[in-house]
Amino acid sequence: MATSAGPRAYLSRRYRLSASHRLHSEAYSEEENRAVYGKCNNPHGHGHNYVVEVTLGGPVNAETGMVCDLGELDAFAQANLLEHYDTKNLNTLDEFCEAVPTTENFTREIHRIFQGFRGAKVVRVRIEETGNNSFEYGEEFGKG
Amino acid sequence: MILLTRKAEFSSAHYYWNEAWTKAENERVFGRCANKKGHGHNYTLEVTVAGEVDPVSGFVVDLKQLKEILEREVVSVYDHRHLNLEVPEFAEGTGMVPTTENIAIAIWRRLEGKISGAKLHRVRVYEMADLFADYYGEL
Repeated sequence: MATSAGPRAYLSRRYRLSASHRLHSEAYSEEENRAVYGKCNNPHGHGHNYVVEVTLGGPVNAETGMVCDLGELDAFAQANLLEHYDTKNLNTLDEFCEAVPTTENFTREIHRIFQGFRGAKVVRVRIEETGNNSFEYGEEFGKG
Repeated sequence: MILLTRKAEFSSAHYYWNEAWTKAENERVFGRCANKKGHGHNYTLEVTVAGEVDPVSGFVVDLKQLKEILEREVVSVYDHRHLNLEVPEFAEGTGMVPTTENIAIAIWRRLEGKISGAKLHRVRVYEMADLFADYYGEL
C-alpha cells in the first residue's frame, strides 16, 4: 500500500479505566501529608473512573483517509493502557513507587506510554479524573 | 482575540472504500466499515472561529448568522444523507473516504471564507462521544 500524505489533522480517542490511588509523599511527614493531600491521603486509598483522551496528529493518509488505523490504536491502548491500569491500585505499580500518582503524573506517564505507538504521533493526553477535574499534557498544536 | 464555538448535529450514513483496492484489501484495512450497505452515526460538529470583539455589538460574529451558515453549508447537505452516495466531495472518483478526519477537512473547505468578521479556527467532528477529529486548516 502506497502512503501518500494529505492535510494534517488530529484524531482523539477516549478510553475509560477505573483505578485506586493514595496521594502520599515520602518527602513529607505524616502530618504534612495529611495537610497537603487531605482526604486523598487516606491510608486505604480511594478510586476514580478515569477518562483518558489521547490526541494523535499527522498527515491524513490519502488512501485511507486516516491519521492512523483506529484498530491499531485501540489494540495498543488495550495492551499498554487498559491492561496495565484498569482495576489496579496505581501505588503498587513501578512507575508510582517514587512519583506520587497524582493525575498530573498519571497524565505524563500515559503520554510517555503513547510515545511508543508507531501509527501516529501523540500530541496531547488529557485525563478527566472526575467530571470536575481534568489535566492535559502535550505540545501546542494546530493554529493559534 | 476571542474564540467562539457553535455546535450542530447531523446524522448520516457512510462506508469506507478505496476504489483502487480489491474487495479483500478494503475489508482488511477498513474492517466492518467496508460493508457497502453502509452504516451511520449521529455526528456532532463544533466550529470554532477566532476574532476581535466588535466594540458596538459586543459580538465576534453574529451567532444567528453562523448558525445559518452551518445549516446551509453543512447540515442541509449532510443530514439524513448517505455521504458516499449523496455528498459530492465523497462521491466515487473523488478518492475521499468519508472518515471523521476527511469529514472535518471537507467541512473546513465548505466553511472557509464564508464567515464574515471572523477567521475559521478549528473544525471538530465527533463521530461518537469517544472519537473525534480536529482540523485547523493545516496543509
